Amino acid sequence: MTPVFYLLAALTLAGGLAAVLLKHLVHCALAVTVAFAGLALLFLQLDAQFAGFAQILVYIGAVAILIVFAILLTRGSELPKDGVFSRTWFVGLVIAAGVFAVLGWAVLESVSAIPEQSAVPQVTVHDIGVALVGRYVLPLEIVALLLTAATIGAVIVAMHEKVRPK
Amino acid sequence: MTTLETGFASPLAGYLLVAALLFAIGLAGALVRRNAILVLIGIELMLNAANLNLIAFWRYGPHPEALTGMMFAIFSIAVAAAEAAVGLGLVIAIYRHTNTTDLDKMNRMKG
Repeated sequence: MTPVFYLLAALTLAGGLAAVLLKHLVHCALAVTVAFAGLALLFLQLDAQFAGFAQILVYIGAVAILIVFAILLTRGSELPKDGVFSRTWFVGLVIAAGVFAVLGWAVLESVSAIPEQSAVPQVTVHDIGVALVGRYVLPLEIVALLLTAATIGAVIVAMHEKVRPK
Repeated sequence: MTTLETGFASPLAGYLLVAALLFAIGLAGALVRRNAILVLIGIELMLNAANLNLIAFWRYGPHPEALTGMMFAIFSIAVAAAEAAVGLGLVIAIYRHTNTTDLDKMNRMKG
């Protein structure tokens, strides 16, 4: 493990923790953007350049902006009077800790089965494009349909309701 | 006997542990916060943790030239974008209806 990995992992996890723990929603949106950026850098560290830049484009470019829009449209910048945590926060924390314990145990127990080190895969964007229109063309078309349906659906759901005359 | 040191000797295990921790943080965010937008942020963090797993397995797995994990991660990013658009649209619609994004106050199916 390289120091770069530890640095990026710390950045990502700190961003995620801050997004979950901070009080102001706008600060949470900023923190989650930091976590997304850290993840994109981790992807680049894993030699997945295409996925890393797609992460930057989609998450930092679109999802973070969407979150900020939603916060501003719902007066989310005002602090709620009765705290930011749910009534059942302790149960949620226990469930999350349990899930992490199980996942961590599974990873550490299967270390011997994990491949140690392998050569850097030589994959270019050209290869990814050929695969996308070759072997993966059906999922690509389905994702295109899904994105169209989701865009139209989001607009219809968030549109002003017309007041029907009774 | 597996210890944390041997776990981090393998780079894949390090990435998997980071992804597990990020998933747990996202899950805690989705379960603990009252604001619907924060719950969506938690879900996004969980999806991202899964993507990190996929990319790490692609990088250290036996056949990286088959691009399976990479493609899965790319499609997962696209689906997550659609999910974020619809989810935040729903939050805005609910806010218009009930004037709140507090999930503890959303306890009615009708009106």
